[in-house]
Amino acid sequence: MADYKAIIDRYKELPGGIIEAYHALQREYNYIPEDAVDYAARVFDMSKAQAYGVATFYSYLKIGERGQYIIRICESAPCHVAGAHEVVRALEKELGIKMGETTPDGKFTLEFTECVGQCQATPVITINSKPYRDMTAEKIAAVLAECQ
Amino acid sequence: MAEEMRIVLRNMGKIDPLKIEDYIAAGGYKSLEKARSMEQEALIEEVKKSGLRGRGGAGFNCGMKWSFSYKVQSEQKYVVCNADEGEPGTYKDRIIMENDPHSVLEGMAICGYAIGADKGYIYCRGEYPYVVEMLNQAIAQAKEKGVLAGFDIEVRMGAGAYVCGEESALIESIEGNRGEPRFKPPFPPVIGLWQKPTIVNNVETFANIPVILEKGADWYKAIGAERYPGTKVLTLTGDVNNRTVYEVPTDTTIRQVIYDLGGGIKDDKKFKAVQIGGTSGGFIPESMLDTPIDFDSMTAIGAVLGSGAVFVMDESRDIVNVVARIAGFFEHESCGKCSPCREGTKRMHELMEKMNAGQGDGTDLSLLERLGTVMTKACLCGLGQAAPAPVLTTLKNFPGEYQAKLN
Repeated sequence: MADYKAIIDRYKELPGGIIEAYHALQREYNYIPEDAVDYAARVFDMSKAQAYGVATFYSYLKIGERGQYIIRICESAPCHVAGAHEVVRALEKELGIKMGETTPDGKFTLEFTECVGQCQATPVITINSKPYRDMTAEKIAAVLAECQ
Repeated sequence: MAEEMRIVLRNMGKIDPLKIEDYIAAGGYKSLEKARSMEQEALIEEVKKSGLRGRGGAGFNCGMKWSFSYKVQSEQKYVVCNADEGEPGTYKDRIIMENDPHSVLEGMAICGYAIGADKGYIYCRGEYPYVVEMLNQAIAQAKEKGVLAGFDIEVRMGAGAYVCGEESALIESIEGNRGEPRFKPPFPPVIGLWQKPTIVNNVETFANIPVILEKGADWYKAIGAERYPGTKVLTLTGDVNNRTVYEVPTDTTIRQVIYDLGGGIKDDKKFKAVQIGGTSGGFIPESMLDTPIDFDSMTAIGAVLGSGAVFVMDESRDIVNVVARIAGFFEHESCGKCSPCREGTKRMHELMEKMNAGQGDGTDLSLLERLGTVMTKACLCGLGQAAPAPVLTTLKNFPGEYQAKLN
């Protein structure tokens, strides 16, 4: 894995580049390492509180570890009426964790999300941002099997 | 029988979106050339005359907005494309960018020339990393061909904050800050990105511009509703047979959208409600379905056109349950900067969950109405001002749904 300092340094000349740097960190680690926030604050010339404030404002950014596969379930109205809660139940059962948790082996994290813009085929989940449409409880096992 | 009319989606399915040669062969980048042969004032006048109004939801006259930035003396100005489409039920900007990214780039470059900006940003939502890749490819092709005539475009990625669809919050986010809306005035066309004059327009607005230049303001103005001319790209979701995207003239009625294009309600059930404009839109009953979808007609019935999302609910849907979920959405997405929204969305969600659980009474109904009215007036930005709309419009148009759940 690339060093977080090297990743952040790539964006230091970019005006307002801290969010792009955080995205780059997440592409590498799936999360933002705690120490990286401190370093980002120095690189982008802001207080640690500000850098922390940015990282915690946006729901796609997360400080601290999460799984290799981040599964997000949309709970916005069109997915809600299409039965998103059944998909949630199936995922929790299959993985043995609750929403917001990560499996003990560090493989899967379950998160709620709002609309991901695939509302032509609800309910929708995304795995590392790739959308899976028209989800049902029955399809869950097969979709999880793809995560290898 | 209502029919589609494709202006924004003119190239959808006809060209390979990642081949700039296809776009150019279809007449692409000729409008930018034409624009650059015109005086800036004349160009802005043409856009103003077309009657094009912002397609992101606010409906402000596009040429008028451009004129504000044009008039400011500044060495640096910016053009920003708002591709942070976060209204639940909306995916039209994704469809536009996936199928014809160059029409958006061309629209932005035309705006850049009009106001005197040589730098543009596309702020694309973090939920669409695959669209960001496509845009970057399209920009690289345009640079290689030299068609943007020195206008530079950079893509920035959002990170899952609905409020960043609000233009000043979006600007804060590009600057690398928390996406909290600014106090206005001053408005972005005068003081925007890095304190410079900045035009923020929606993806769909920009995609209209090349066609307006090509065919003329008079041609455009004659399409659809008189005061909100042109077309609107709509995305149909929920209990409708054809859950897909349609582009229609703005004088098309809601009924035509749902029944002629959408193929009516799924499984032969009856219609109950439609929410238009995204999750902040009003809930519309059967009696109002003959309303044209244009901005002003929708406002007149207490609803909005908004983003053009059309969320259809059949007779089996529990309106109070759906609105409770929506109230939860706003509690989650409130940025926390102003107290009427930060506290209001939380209390509104609590009250709606109470109603939904069958534990609410008449006092709660009055509280919901009062809180909603206060938020509409007192919240800092459009998020908080629009957040009570689903509650207020369902209290008004679907009172029976609440009565049935009273304790």
